[in-house]
Amino acid sequence: MISIEDFAQEANDWFAKNTPRDVGFMMPLTFMEVGTDQQFQFLRDWQRQVYEAGYLGAAWPSEYGGGGLTDAHQAVATKAMRKYDAPIMMNTIGLSWAGPLILDIGTEEHKQKYIKGILSADDIWCQGFSEPEHGSDLGNAQLRAVREGDEYVLNGSKIWTTHGHFGKYMILLARTNPEAANKYAGLSFILTPMNVPGVETRKIKKLTGEHGFTQTFFTDARIPTEGLMGGEGQGWKIAMQTLEYERGARGGQAGGYSITEPDPLEILNLARETGQIDDPVVRDDLLDYIIDAQALNLNKRRAKIAPLMRDHPAGLPLMNKLVATEFAREINQYALTLQGTRGAYYVDEPNAVDKGLWHRSYLNAFSATIGGGTSQIQRNIIAEHVLGLPKSY
Amino acid sequence: MSFDPHALGSLGITEEQVDLMDVAETFCRDKCDMAKVRAHINVTRGFDSEDWQALSALGWLGIAIPEAHGGVGLSLTEVVPVVEQMGRRMMATPFIPTTVTAQALLVGGTTLQKDMYLAKIANRSIATLALSEMNGAYDLTQIEAIADLEPDGYRLSGTKILVQNLDAADLIVISAKLDGEVTLFVVDADLIPETARRREKIIDETKRSYELSLDGLILPVTALMASDKVAATLAHIELCANLLGSAEQVGAAKSCIEYTVEYLRTRKQFGKLIGSYQALKHPTVDAYIGYEKARSLLYAAAHSFDEQGKGEIATRMATVAAGRALSFAADRSIQFHGGFGFTYDCDAQLYRRLAIFNDSQFGDIRWQKSKLAALLFN
Repeated sequence: MISIEDFAQEANDWFAKNTPRDVGFMMPLTFMEVGTDQQFQFLRDWQRQVYEAGYLGAAWPSEYGGGGLTDAHQAVATKAMRKYDAPIMMNTIGLSWAGPLILDIGTEEHKQKYIKGILSADDIWCQGFSEPEHGSDLGNAQLRAVREGDEYVLNGSKIWTTHGHFGKYMILLARTNPEAANKYAGLSFILTPMNVPGVETRKIKKLTGEHGFTQTFFTDARIPTEGLMGGEGQGWKIAMQTLEYERGARGGQAGGYSITEPDPLEILNLARETGQIDDPVVRDDLLDYIIDAQALNLNKRRAKIAPLMRDHPAGLPLMNKLVATEFAREINQYALTLQGTRGAYYVDEPNAVDKGLWHRSYLNAFSATIGGGTSQIQRNIIAEHVLGLPKSY
Repeated sequence: MSFDPHALGSLGITEEQVDLMDVAETFCRDKCDMAKVRAHINVTRGFDSEDWQALSALGWLGIAIPEAHGGVGLSLTEVVPVVEQMGRRMMATPFIPTTVTAQALLVGGTTLQKDMYLAKIANRSIATLALSEMNGAYDLTQIEAIADLEPDGYRLSGTKILVQNLDAADLIVISAKLDGEVTLFVVDADLIPETARRREKIIDETKRSYELSLDGLILPVTALMASDKVAATLAHIELCANLLGSAEQVGAAKSCIEYTVEYLRTRKQFGKLIGSYQALKHPTVDAYIGYEKARSLLYAAAHSFDEQGKGEIATRMATVAAGRALSFAADRSIQFHGGFGFTYDCDAQLYRRLAIFNDSQFGDIRWQKSKLAALLFN
């Protein structure tokens, strides 16, 4: 097996040479910002290129299409991507949520069928958890799956489906038994093809004015039962495991990143460009963001140092999503205040600071403070699972 | 552009840190609980002499003192987990002032002074600092006390305030201006008459501090510390005190949050445990997050402390975060205990008072941030 050092060197060389620059359109900074076909095609091709070079899925088993190396190898490849500010790996739901889940608890057939397409971005994945009437109360999901022979018949609707209109497969939380002892016990988790009759996606316009996610309607859609994960009735537990991947509380992801994390250095540069860096009031604010950014960096590092995690082993992993997404929202919001009168501009306006990037990033930041369990739900989770406080409902 | 946010201090841990953390966790838990903390509020000295003997027997006073001077030969990196555990139990002893004074001697003492005092501190002696004055300045060079060289030694005049554990101290480092230049002296406490000190009433009742009148005090010429190292020594004192003060506050923040959580898990109103109400639950989580962030910054500061530049940035960041974390956790603890929170019997006030005291010594949050701005933005 190639040494970590050699692999890191090769990855550095590769990203130095191959990372695309000046693409001529607004590059999505998070997977949730992929809205236009141009953005989608570009990022899909980019992911495939990275995968084929061996820098994505490096630690996934080679028999399913992975690189057969170690997490440490993938970590240095991801580090090289960051170093060269490479575009995101867009097939996030496959790479980071569905993929590790399938590798952990999927059948041999699941692994053979799905893993390679996730890595190559040939198969785009989306997630069907939230419903129009059931968002934070996910356990109450009502989309119905009725078993008929070796098929499930699906009826209902899922919403806030990122990449819904690009999706080939969906990880679906469905109600297989409405009569179960409690709402959770009636749920099942099914790997669902999207290109079957009776599945229809409708684009939803985001608060930014862009597209990027859909509502998905299921009308007597028939899918094979072989997509069932675990057994019927285990859907809630599996959905919770998926959310742990999504929130970064559990490892096993293919690697790369799906969100360009806000760097306080960029805010500093913005303050410098707009001539506000010498204002002591601005400096005072900036320091708070720098200290906070540093604390988040260090939290990640500390989570790997066992003696410093003894008191609350689940604490840092469970707070990661909350603190990272709220930080992104706040720092992007702050960036708008550094732009003076030009803070009024919006995306694509030629007079806008940085082409309106900060405005788009701020508004899009809510997708992460709301999606994957709202920040308020995250606080409940931390309160109950880390501090042992009583449930609220 | 002079700064890289990814290089503001890294995080790691030494075996010695882990060993000391383990021993200190058990020691502080066994030796100290809230009943004892409260009992010692009413004891003049404010701490248990047997505890002092026991912790000195463990070698803790010499952790950051070189072996050549009778210490263990590690650094403040390894002192941090010990102070953190003391903070968790609110175990008030002169450990921090003694450790910081030893550091002052290491940087700014003459060879003779190091030989004379460091081994004593490593053994059991109590040491403290007489630096602050009535102007309340965080800048330790802003002093008015005077030293005059006379035939019988240095004659001091002026008044020092907030001298911690002066009544128990065996040696004291004092700052005064000699020919207009800030100078440091180290003296045996028995040179100072009892009448020269007055106990001050401070907000953290678990600690002890004194006003010290220097008038008429005559120090031997050997008391003068290295005159070319005064600035470096004062800077080191400030950072050491901030590092250990942060460790104490991070430790206290954890206990404070646990204290609040315990109440939220047992107190019922409107037929439900009050911890189920999100108006109380969510700010408690925010306090906990503040604590965890501060702890990451603290251990990064401990890890980077001896690195030029990085150590100061990391320490000041930790100080900001630790101060905020404990202040917020304790402030909310008072509020969430309701009527009981307003009483002296509720421990929340002890934590809040500790945070106010610490924040007031060696630079508050605004001071730390102004220093950071100068380090990062210029």
